[in-house]
Amino acid sequence: MAPNSIHWFRKGLRLHDNPALREAVRGADTVRCVYFLDPWFAGSSNVGVSRWRFLLQCLEDLDANLRKLNSRLFVIRGQPANVFPRLFKEWKISRLTFEYDSEPYGKERDAAIKKLAMEAGVEVIVKISHTLYDLDRIIELNGGQPPLTYKRFQTLISRLDPPEMPVETLSDTLMGRCVTPISEDHGDKYGVPSLEELGFDTEGLPSAVWPGGETKALTRIERHLERKAWVANFERPRMNANSLLASPTGLSPYLRFGCLSCRLFYFKLTDLYRKVKKNSSPPLSLYGQLLWREFFYTAATNNPRFDKMEGNPICVRIPWDKNPEALAKWAEGKTGFPWIDAIMTQLRQEGWIHHLARHAVACFLTRGDLWISWEEGMKVFEELLLDADWSVNAGSWMWLSCSSFFQQFFHCYCPVGFGRRTDPNGDFIRRYLPVLRGFPAKYIYDPWNAPESVQAAAKCIIGVHYPKPMVHHAEASRLNIERMKQIYQQLSRYRGLGLLASVPSTNGNGNGGMIAYSPGEQQQSGTNNNTNNSHCRNHFVQMTSGGSSSGTKTVSCLLSHSGFAVLCLTTCFSCACSLTCDGRQVGCDHPWSLVSGGNPWCGPSSRLMVLLARFLISMASLIQRRLFQRGHRNQPTADQTF
Amino acid sequence: MLLTTHSDGSGGSVLLEVRGGGSADCDWARLPQELLLHIFQYLPLLDRAYASQVCRGWNQAFHMPELWRCFEFELNQPASSYLKATHPDLIKQIIKRHSNHLQYVSFKVDSSTESAEAACDILSQLVNCSLKTLGLISTARPSFMEVPKSHFISALTVVFVNSKSLSSLKIDDTPVDDPSLKVLVANNSDTLKLLKMSSCPHVSPAGILCVADQCHGLRELALNYHLLSDELLLALSSERHVHLEHLRIDVVSENPGQHFHTIKKSSWDAMVRHSPKFNLVMYFFLYEDEFGPFFNDEIPVTHLYFGRSVSKEVLGRVGLHCPRLVELVVCANGLRPLDEELIRIAKHCTQLSAIGLGECEVSCSAFVEFVKMCGRRLSQLSIMEEVLIPDHKYSLDEIHWEVSKHLGRVWFPDMMPTW
Repeated sequence: MAPNSIHWFRKGLRLHDNPALREAVRGADTVRCVYFLDPWFAGSSNVGVSRWRFLLQCLEDLDANLRKLNSRLFVIRGQPANVFPRLFKEWKISRLTFEYDSEPYGKERDAAIKKLAMEAGVEVIVKISHTLYDLDRIIELNGGQPPLTYKRFQTLISRLDPPEMPVETLSDTLMGRCVTPISEDHGDKYGVPSLEELGFDTEGLPSAVWPGGETKALTRIERHLERKAWVANFERPRMNANSLLASPTGLSPYLRFGCLSCRLFYFKLTDLYRKVKKNSSPPLSLYGQLLWREFFYTAATNNPRFDKMEGNPICVRIPWDKNPEALAKWAEGKTGFPWIDAIMTQLRQEGWIHHLARHAVACFLTRGDLWISWEEGMKVFEELLLDADWSVNAGSWMWLSCSSFFQQFFHCYCPVGFGRRTDPNGDFIRRYLPVLRGFPAKYIYDPWNAPESVQAAAKCIIGVHYPKPMVHHAEASRLNIERMKQIYQQLSRYRGLGLLASVPSTNGNGNGGMIAYSPGEQQQSGTNNNTNNSHCRNHFVQMTSGGSSSGTKTVSCLLSHSGFAVLCLTTCFSCACSLTCDGRQVGCDHPWSLVSGGNPWCGPSSRLMVLLARFLISMASLIQRRLFQRGHRNQPTADQTF
Repeated sequence: MLLTTHSDGSGGSVLLEVRGGGSADCDWARLPQELLLHIFQYLPLLDRAYASQVCRGWNQAFHMPELWRCFEFELNQPASSYLKATHPDLIKQIIKRHSNHLQYVSFKVDSSTESAEAACDILSQLVNCSLKTLGLISTARPSFMEVPKSHFISALTVVFVNSKSLSSLKIDDTPVDDPSLKVLVANNSDTLKLLKMSSCPHVSPAGILCVADQCHGLRELALNYHLLSDELLLALSSERHVHLEHLRIDVVSENPGQHFHTIKKSSWDAMVRHSPKFNLVMYFFLYEDEFGPFFNDEIPVTHLYFGRSVSKEVLGRVGLHCPRLVELVVCANGLRPLDEELIRIAKHCTQLSAIGLGECEVSCSAFVEFVKMCGRRLSQLSIMEEVLIPDHKYSLDEIHWEVSKHLGRVWFPDMMPTW
């Protein structure tokens, strides 16, 4: 008997290049495409109305395209774990297909559903199509740890086979004899709900700048490629005032919801490049946008605490300030810096901002000016940004706040100068902050410096019609660079004067790892050479190289072989900002000395003790972590379900 | 040796059970104190505390003075910090049992005034100890500035008066004032080696001059530009004074258009004569039009950090007048490429070994030329990808090979996610 299939849509909201969907119809009697939506969660979730609208448009489009194949989309009200067993029975299901979800929460959810399916005797087929590569392969290639620098990631990618070709779009031919039984009351039971039904107030909601759906995505990709072909220049486009605005060729939200297959995008780019550049092979930089996304998915896939600072082994613990008022000003675009406020207004109204604009507001919130945790910024983006994905969003925030991935922190985007360089005339600001429309270009980025007469002529008095700047940027950046330096110097155990050297260099050898020097040279370059410090630094270094140690000492090798590498990192990171590291500096005359201080406590005879103590520490932290994870298992929330 | 672990399941304490392998069981409770002390030194405080509950011997080891010489008080409020504070009971216990052992003490304080006040309260109780180092560190906003000045000063002077051999003092962003520095000098002038007091608005040039005059052992000093004077430099280069090792100057603009005084070349020359190896670290946070008084004459700066936009012209002057430059960081610049300026810096700054460029523009060929001139001594080269403008000679893909070739190691520009 031919099987009855369910294809379960989550991301991957498309009929083109959908290998799992392809499996669902292969030789099947019936197929039903389902999407789960819990209306009760919708209103209370952290996801804003623009993102919900985008999702619903995607579902409408999916339904419309399925109709052309005499099928329909079944939007099921409820939670998958509760509803699936009933569906299996009711529809006599013997096959369930879905796209592989690499994120920790998704993996946990899918494992539970697989179990349910097995119990019901349902075959489960899972296919990778949200990412270009099998992420586990990348991790395996890197010795079991995700790569933590983008360079390292690129090196690994270049060793892999190219991504698989997109599969054929679902068509009448592919459907063959497979049908979808549709009842009379399908619309009532399984129709795509409206925003109002989900409890959103749609009065005064401006029309979508980014309309959702596969159909739109496929039109956009053609235009995107046309423009690229026309420019015939595949390098990163130079930033200008126009790039700040939503472009009809932008693709990121479509990739996020899977209305557009990343593999389709990849191969269309390759074809175009070959056509224009006459058969030369394309450089990795051609796929920049896609690879960054892949990089963050890889970093997050095995880290359930990727979106947190506490308990996240790759995140540096930074003593961020808690300041709800300042956070609210930032989120609502009331900082008093027109450049920042215009970007935040654009984000709220349209759901998308240019990546350099993201850098600007993220830097301002975290290490640049307000010194507020990246987790808070991430949550605001999660609510408003159409292309915010758990992994990519958290990863980017860690990156931009210099909380991970070995970023130099010396450079803070100036909330006045950066915008002025990009858009000297200030048109972007006038578009999103009409109140400042009357200011001349000279003062539009710092209206508080405008003479009163100029403010009066612009009909906008600073402090009355538009807020005064909430921080003194020069002062804030002075303080913050000092704080960052302090943290990174403790982490890298670097006590020299240089600011740049406090972040371990990302220069690598041919393998793209970080270990370019022999251990001896490393110590010279770090100026501080007792065993403790090299322990910390080696791990710091080892982490970037992804565990492929070459210049590391016996101790770290021992630890990594026994599976403790990550745990030791946690210890390193967490202790670096707390007492213990300075505790180990006992005897050093100036803990904050600009010069290196040797540690008289640490002679060769003490190495054994160091070993033992480290072993104890790692055992203790292993157990603590286990317990911690047990107590803080991620609770599924609705915003993570799509 | 076999290590097994038990946990009570509540997430709290962890018990480590250690058994000797082979024939002879070794009794860990009878581990010699010296050995135990050695191990304890490498354990975080919390783990030491757990270990101290194991047996009497380990408990005694927990209280050994050697383990309490160095302590970092973390004072945070749940409302303003993500990090945990040092437990109040522990603080009480330290003051009661270990305050006379404390030598290297720091206070890390979050952005709330309560935390800074709590730090001052602890400071004022440190009467019977002899501190060697004291650091007051604001981890978020400068909260010591919010504490009533009199409260802060009286707490700080308790330490100055009681600890007669203070050698390092880090009090950046605090309301320390001239009279309290006088107390410091009166009690600690023989021992003071390091003083960091950037952004202390209540100190005057005369106040810091008094410190430099009396504390001849001072080797490291950090302060703001408005405290820097010719007299100070001459005092630091007097015969009685040891060689200065590091001088860190923050040049911060309070309001746009602020005017800054100049330092005579002869004063800098005196410094270099007296301390030929000293490092001069300067952080600039100025508006572009405030650089007038700087870099017109030779200055012995070794580390330069421009935190805000700096003009081509000023960087041109840096290339001419900073022969000792080791590290240069430029966060931002206008839209015109910095080609000639970089080449000039490569030519004249023969010690330069580290450079960082943020929002600037440099043509690829000028950059390659710069790297070629500096060669392998460039140990730190941190350039944002957007800085490099492709030209007829090099594309972005080619430049990393070319630069790597001259550096003798693999090099890439710094990338930011295009997400």
